[in-house]
Amino acid sequence: MEIKREPLNGLTTPSAITAPSDFRARQLQARDMLRGDLEGEALERYVKESVLTTTVEKAVAWSQGNSIWPLTFGLACCAIEMMSIVGARVDVARFGWEAFWASPRQADLLILSGRVSVKMAPVIRRIYDQMLEPRWAISMGACCSSMGVFNNYALVPADKFLPIDVHVPGCPPRPEALLHGILRLREKIHGTERDGWRERYHAVGTEEVLAEGTSASDAAINVFPGGDTAGA
Amino acid sequence: MPDATELELTAHELRDRNAESILGTDFGRGDRAVLLVNPAHVIDVLTALHAKGYTFLASLHGVDYYPDEPRLGVLYELLDMQNVDRITVKARVHTDDPRIATATGLFPGADFPEREVYDMFGVVFEGHQDMRRILMPEDFEGFPQRRDFPVGGEPVLFTYNEETTYGKWS
Repeated sequence: MEIKREPLNGLTTPSAITAPSDFRARQLQARDMLRGDLEGEALERYVKESVLTTTVEKAVAWSQGNSIWPLTFGLACCAIEMMSIVGARVDVARFGWEAFWASPRQADLLILSGRVSVKMAPVIRRIYDQMLEPRWAISMGACCSSMGVFNNYALVPADKFLPIDVHVPGCPPRPEALLHGILRLREKIHGTERDGWRERYHAVGTEEVLAEGTSASDAAINVFPGGDTAGA
Repeated sequence: MPDATELELTAHELRDRNAESILGTDFGRGDRAVLLVNPAHVIDVLTALHAKGYTFLASLHGVDYYPDEPRLGVLYELLDMQNVDRITVKARVHTDDPRIATATGLFPGADFPEREVYDMFGVVFEGHQDMRRILMPEDFEGFPQRRDFPVGGEPVLFTYNEETTYGKWS
């Protein structure tokens, strides 16, 4: 049986292709490229269509943001919610963050999931220091961010000893909330951060602040003054 | 739990052993037999109760009765496992020099609870083999469970009017 090849759309030579979206034409063009027959303007166009230019930083950020290994590190009840993000329901593996690694040397992300006591803080700082750059930290839950219901002598907020990238509020945050925090961190790593909700909802200037005329020291009624060791 | 009569009999028995050891008894709300003991003779009392059958130290803990004096209380919850009787031994010490003898010779399990009472209330258990802080960091200053210790914490948005807002315990 004889196979008869007919040029499409009345085109006779690949160099005369004017509609690059034409699949058959692109196929022929690619064939010519491989044969070394493509020349001149057609070659120029072929290269422009086939090559994606970007910066190294962007390419690296893209791969980093899609292959984060969090550290296997749970502090309290938030850790239960943290564990469930690798489950089937909120499958964090969709974003390549599912490899919870038990060694800080190979981990990229520290999720502080729970309250941090003054005795635990140096341990966490040491673990964070052992992680290799680039590294990120998520403060998960109220206790870790603002000491939550345990606002007393025994705890320390994470911002006091660690650079935190994303704070996830909640007590404890639902896995979806943590996933949202993870996606915000992903955007941050990719350099495609969106504006915060205040910008988005035209709410700049509505920040809650201390009452007029209240100094920080006045506000701190329950705070242990430095050097005062009453009862010691 | 011994009834009120039994508690008085026990107190008398202990007074016969050592006249200065028992300062009083308290039957509370009818749910707890308490012997108020002189802290100087607490080991005497515990030894006698141990011999009577209270061989299990269920709990050892501290209390701050601020502003009552003597402020600090050390409570021993004893259990007689044969008769399922419970009795509380309470010793009150001053904050100026809070010292009391250790019960670790009698109840080895008192080791960690005594360290915790020291950590939180500053009661020194004399004769304890390892009288250090157990929960707070070694360099922590003060005894955080005393009632006059500042609660501490971070000033947050509503701290400044925390005392006056609804729901604040006072």
